[in-house]
Amino acid sequence: MIAATKVIAVAHTVSPGLWALAWTRLKSDHVGMVSLAIVAAFIVMMVLSALGLIAGDWAKETGINYAPPSFLGDDIEAGARTGAVTSPAGTPGEPGSETRPGGVDPLADAPAEPKEGAKPAEAPATETNGDGGKSVDPLADVMADIKAGAAREAAKGGAVPAEVRAATLPFGGDKWGRDVLKKTIKGSQTSIFVGLAAAAVAVFLGTVFGALAGYYGRWVDDFFNWFYSVFNSIPYLLLILAVAAVLQQKGVLTIILILGLTGWTGTFRLIRGEYLKHKAREYVQAADAIGASHLRRMFVHIFPNVSHVVLVQLSIYAVGFIKAEVILSFLGFGVPVDVVSWGSMLNEAQNELILGKWWQLAAATTAMALLVTAFSLFTDALRDALDPKLKGRSGA
Amino acid sequence: MKPNNETNPLVRVRNLEVAFRIDRSVVFEAVKRVSFDIPQDTTVALVGESGSGKSVTALALLGLLPPENSIIGAASEVLFGGGNVLRRSAPELRAMRGADISMIFQEPMTSLNPVFTVGFQLIEVLRLHMGMTPGEARKRAIELLDEVGIPDPGYKIDAYPSQMSGGQQQRVMIAMAIACEPKLLIADEPTTALDVTIQKQILDLIAALQKKRRMSVLFITHDLAVVGEIADYVVVMRNGEIREQGPAQQVFENPQDAYTQALLKCRPQLDRRPMRLPVIDDYMDGRTLGSRDMSERTRGVDPGDAIVLEVNGLGKDFYSREGLFGKRKFEAVKNVSFKLPKGKTLGLVGESGSGKTTVGLTLMRLHEASSGEAIFEGRDLLAMSPKEFMAYKRRIQIIFQNPYASLNPRFIVGEILTEPMQLHGIGAGGQERTELAFELLQKVGLPEASFYKYPHEFSGGQRQRIAIARCLTMKPDILICDESVSALDVSVQAQVLNLLQDLQDEYQLSYIFISHDLAVVKYIADEIMVMSEGRIVEIANSDEIYRNPREPYTQRLLASIPKGWHGGRGDAAPT
Repeated sequence: MIAATKVIAVAHTVSPGLWALAWTRLKSDHVGMVSLAIVAAFIVMMVLSALGLIAGDWAKETGINYAPPSFLGDDIEAGARTGAVTSPAGTPGEPGSETRPGGVDPLADAPAEPKEGAKPAEAPATETNGDGGKSVDPLADVMADIKAGAAREAAKGGAVPAEVRAATLPFGGDKWGRDVLKKTIKGSQTSIFVGLAAAAVAVFLGTVFGALAGYYGRWVDDFFNWFYSVFNSIPYLLLILAVAAVLQQKGVLTIILILGLTGWTGTFRLIRGEYLKHKAREYVQAADAIGASHLRRMFVHIFPNVSHVVLVQLSIYAVGFIKAEVILSFLGFGVPVDVVSWGSMLNEAQNELILGKWWQLAAATTAMALLVTAFSLFTDALRDALDPKLKGRSGA
Repeated sequence: MKPNNETNPLVRVRNLEVAFRIDRSVVFEAVKRVSFDIPQDTTVALVGESGSGKSVTALALLGLLPPENSIIGAASEVLFGGGNVLRRSAPELRAMRGADISMIFQEPMTSLNPVFTVGFQLIEVLRLHMGMTPGEARKRAIELLDEVGIPDPGYKIDAYPSQMSGGQQQRVMIAMAIACEPKLLIADEPTTALDVTIQKQILDLIAALQKKRRMSVLFITHDLAVVGEIADYVVVMRNGEIREQGPAQQVFENPQDAYTQALLKCRPQLDRRPMRLPVIDDYMDGRTLGSRDMSERTRGVDPGDAIVLEVNGLGKDFYSREGLFGKRKFEAVKNVSFKLPKGKTLGLVGESGSGKTTVGLTLMRLHEASSGEAIFEGRDLLAMSPKEFMAYKRRIQIIFQNPYASLNPRFIVGEILTEPMQLHGIGAGGQERTELAFELLQKVGLPEASFYKYPHEFSGGQRQRIAIARCLTMKPDILICDESVSALDVSVQAQVLNLLQDLQDEYQLSYIFISHDLAVVKYIADEIMVMSEGRIVEIANSDEIYRNPREPYTQRLLASIPKGWHGGRGDAAPT
């Protein structure tokens, strides 16, 4: 066997680099290529949405409240119930105008609310007004808000009530009649961006720390290991809350930092191990012999040899952090309410589900499940393709 | 031991074809229509270089080929014990392995399970295959350990593999292999990883066991010198085909095939030292022996030679932690002093653990020396600051043992060659460096297209040429060759040795040639330094040391060198 692989490695006449070889191998993996296509499609969608080319008007209330998906048709029963629930808050048009300036409620922590079943629309409003309003009369704040909103609209001179609302939307509408499909696309922008950026931060930190610890050894290694152990001894979620508390503000950047600063430990251990292994290799000694400096040996000589590990880590982390963002937003530690993400959609969905409005939940979950599954499968394929044991290095 | 062997052999291999599926479209033919016999009560040697298919053949005999990706030809037959091994079911094969055929591998360190005692592993074999009770098995295990020459077997049976030396571990492997009294023992390069003195003991042991138990041995090796000592029959393989087979005497004394002739002649011999070693192409292309320069090269140092490097009292200690605060000192190199003349080669020989590699690495300051000095152009290299040393770094270079490991797999050859020039400011600008790199590729005998290729596309010998070219970019004065040809096939070894010799003749380089292979050192070195346990045992001119070794250790070392056919097995010699 060993002899066989050796000869084949030599027999290759054209000289593709190891990355090119990996790509060839990846291409022959059908599952990997399909998942790569899905991941790529999601990323293209994210970029287009970030540029405002698609789903730029996601916040426009184009349909009636809880407009059912078009493929279900104009569901009478659902429509009737929607009307029944929202009527105390005012005419169908009004709740929408209330939540337009949703950005003023930065702490939309719906799960804490006891009366969500009765009136989901008012949940954000109650929190804002604090302890007093909550126990006295929930409707008072809502009404005040509604009035303020209406006044503002009136001041702008917009003829709001004149807008025609669609009875159904392609994949249904949310509480305010916003298109769930567009909302999901917009939400993917946040979720994927947070996932990728946080993965990049975490893997960068893990790689640099791991490289320093593994390469220099001795006290540098001791220091990082100590740091790592302390870091790892704190429960993960607690750490996230602590970082969130220190940063003192909500926002996409904050989540990226939270996830990035707490997530580097896995990569650190892996890269440290790789560097420990590689620094004793003869090619690194040879680099020392020709006079290459420490930094050069670390990042010019060794790094390309462990870069496949980094790449696989990056995609594993991206999957994990997309999920983490969703969980954080769901728990209310995530993005602020004026930013839509899959997590905040799920957060809203828990109120809606009681009303039988399942489409927002379905849209966000399907999108997330599809991306995460595709990303995970792609990661597996990538790891197989980059496995140095299979080819390329022809173990001596 | 000769009667009717021919008519009723133990194993009959006929038209064995094995191919491996590399991926969907590529199939690699490892063994092509190979036929040979293993007669009863004989030792058959399967000789070939890497990629010759000798190990694959052995695996086929055991039915150990990986079923997922191996394709066995339809006409292939391996007849053993009244049936075709290739057609047997997995349980039948399991019963056959260990009981009828057993195998010892190259690396005893990795073949034994480190977390069980050797006794446990031996007893397991006996109980599984022989159905012994624990008590019987233990008694038998002690007998077996005694038989393979383990001292104090009653005590050693409870030792872990790590508590034994490499030679002892290989003896335990042999004990396990013969535990069930197999009819055939397959030994796959059993001595390649061992020191020359241990190799001799193991070869003697295998030969003695073969005779005593009247079993057959299939001995797989790349080293014809070892074969000459042990084999009755020799099968020479190359690229999956049999080039020649026959009784050892015939193959050694009157080889018919050009490749066999080349193998016999390419290896440096102890009694001769031609100007250039013959290489395999000389024979394969049918160039006759007469066309080559047959004159002998003279070696040796004169007292009047200019000295480039003078090493005095070099020492290197390693520390290992012991207990909570304690440190244990291990002296790898003790008080080593020598002088290296310009344009000459100092051979550094010794067994593993003798500190010979440490000397080389310490001189390069890849290890910090603990004591001593190394005077180069009037300055002590070991006492310089790292900054000062940088200017001298390029003057002493090293070629490592393993050409598969010493080149960065993610660099193309061009980058490997231009990097040192860049670091040391040799050549003005990238253009000039590239030209220099092309020049050097030509010098070490590689095509220009190599510049754009990755190391994995080259064979071991070619990679070692790249490593040599990398050193030459810095125009060094001293080249340390740390087992630089040990990992190479015999034919390639000769080419690299010739290259090193040409470069020495051209540039007046001084070599420190570290090797455990005494025949190679004898060929290349002017002066030889024998080391043992970190100390110098003896330094003398190479001819002198081989003719008249003064120290007992050197004598023992030289006596262990496999002598090839001429030393021959007493009983196998022609009648």
